[in-house]
Amino acid sequence: MPELLVLIPFTAALLCFILKGVLRSLAALLGASLTFSASALLAADVYQNGAIRISLGGWDAPLGIGLSADGLSVIFLLLTAIVGLMVSIYCVPFFSGLHEQPLARHFWSLWMFLWGSLNSLFLVSDVFNAYVVLELVSISAAALAALSGTAASLRAALRYFLTAMAGSMAFLLGVGFIYAQAGTLDMFLVGSSGGDGPLMAMALGLMTVGLIMKSALFPFHFWLPPAHGEAKAPVSAILSALVMKGSFFLLLRIWFNVFQDSSLTVHAASVLGFLGLFAVIWGSYQAIIQSRLKLIIAYSSIGQMGYLFLLFPLVLTTVDAAWKIEAWTACVFQAVSHGLAKASLFLAAGNLIQASGTDNLRSMRNIAGSLPMTTFTLALAGISLMGLPPSGGFVAKWMLLQSILASGQWWLAAAPILGGLLTAGYIFKILSQAFVPGAEGACCKPVCFVMEKAALVLAIFSILIGFRAEEVIFLLTDRICAANPGGFWP
Amino acid sequence: MNSLLIYSITATSLFTIGLMGLAAHPNLIRKIISLNIMAGGVFLFLISLAYHPDDPGVDPVPQAMVLTGIVVTISATAFALCLARRITEITGSSRLEDKPEDTDS
Repeated sequence: MPELLVLIPFTAALLCFILKGVLRSLAALLGASLTFSASALLAADVYQNGAIRISLGGWDAPLGIGLSADGLSVIFLLLTAIVGLMVSIYCVPFFSGLHEQPLARHFWSLWMFLWGSLNSLFLVSDVFNAYVVLELVSISAAALAALSGTAASLRAALRYFLTAMAGSMAFLLGVGFIYAQAGTLDMFLVGSSGGDGPLMAMALGLMTVGLIMKSALFPFHFWLPPAHGEAKAPVSAILSALVMKGSFFLLLRIWFNVFQDSSLTVHAASVLGFLGLFAVIWGSYQAIIQSRLKLIIAYSSIGQMGYLFLLFPLVLTTVDAAWKIEAWTACVFQAVSHGLAKASLFLAAGNLIQASGTDNLRSMRNIAGSLPMTTFTLALAGISLMGLPPSGGFVAKWMLLQSILASGQWWLAAAPILGGLLTAGYIFKILSQAFVPGAEGACCKPVCFVMEKAALVLAIFSILIGFRAEEVIFLLTDRICAANPGGFWP
Repeated sequence: MNSLLIYSITATSLFTIGLMGLAAHPNLIRKIISLNIMAGGVFLFLISLAYHPDDPGVDPVPQAMVLTGIVVTISATAFALCLARRITEITGSSRLEDKPEDTDS
């Protein structure tokens, strides 16, 4: 089953490149729904029977490439599948427009390549293939960001790509250090054979820096707003909801499955936590002062990604902390609910831009009257981002706040509390414009029904996931890869 | 001072020089070349791991990693050069301007 998750999107990518017109859309939709079903089946299998590991072609661990699926990978695979399916459905009408039609061929093949690469990233089981897959993700993501071909988007894409490449190089150097010390590349064997010498600390540092450059943590966020703001709406949704989560997933794998606990990691974890705290406040503040809709949402991604990094000081600064499980679940939950809500926001923003022909918030008047469903979508996704009950964002922030208070690191509580307020600030800034009556009759061009529905479904998912917290917590605690002798995981 | 140490020091220096170039040079071609210098440093380090002074055999794993890494870097460089060429064609300048993008675009 795991190999199908890589095979189907890659085949669909090739088909989309060859076929034309309606056939291409059909191939893409077929690929998307097959990948979705395969992800769901794999998730059900892991949920019932525990983590799986397969060796491709029958070659065992030291020689062949293994794919492993445990609770953590399954959750990210499902997130990718849901967002991916909805974005694909959204893109069929989006790329049949007059301006977008010439881009369709490149979009579909690059997006299917990206989907396949993301799936293999979530299934990867050795550190070197993690590097290769990271590069695949970066190349296809940067190509997608450059899709519209304007000077601004090309510059943004190249800036993103250069940063991502530098991050990958740091990651690869870290892989070299691991191999020099541990003599193995398998993620689940490195911990037991490497110990915690200076080489391993160096490797952890290089890999972490490389990955936070790709996940746009506070000092390395400079590439994100132009790249996400200039891209086409569905591309921004993919970049923000999935690509950033890919590098964060790898960061979790590396910190919790690969390396062993040492005194250095405690300090590194505090630094990551503080950077996350700054990111929450700074990104949300920047989002409030922007005047372009897509830039608001892009800066909001920086803030929302910041929450995820609070996990490290919560789990790692105290040995055998009682709130470990709660903090761990809270952060993964936040990653998922942010992914769903942000994808929905970007798709809804795409609808608004198509209807009003502008990205400027001030010229979007009376959208509540002309596009009620899109306004509803914006509000629902906003509720999840702010963390109001009963949304997924509420469950995440509630558990996060509880574990922060239990751990006594009260200064971290500024992130969920202040961050929630600032988030409300920019969501209401968008929504307040929705109810201003438009003076001129410039609004609005019609928006395809399917495009409005796809965004709405994602927003509803981001609320509903709050009701299915039990299953997610079960996957994250009882279905975590059994074979992890190393790592900080208890 | 064994040979592994010499290789590691050279490799990390190359990596650092490349990183500095990537951050400091405004010109796109220079940035891409700096990236390749970084990659060269990493590959030198990886390939130096294949040699063990007390073992006559050579470890094939680092060599396989370097081969794969070179292929990845070549494609990434080609892609970056394409983007850079397109930027020069459209704007006439070969820089990533650091001032914020035009709000009226």
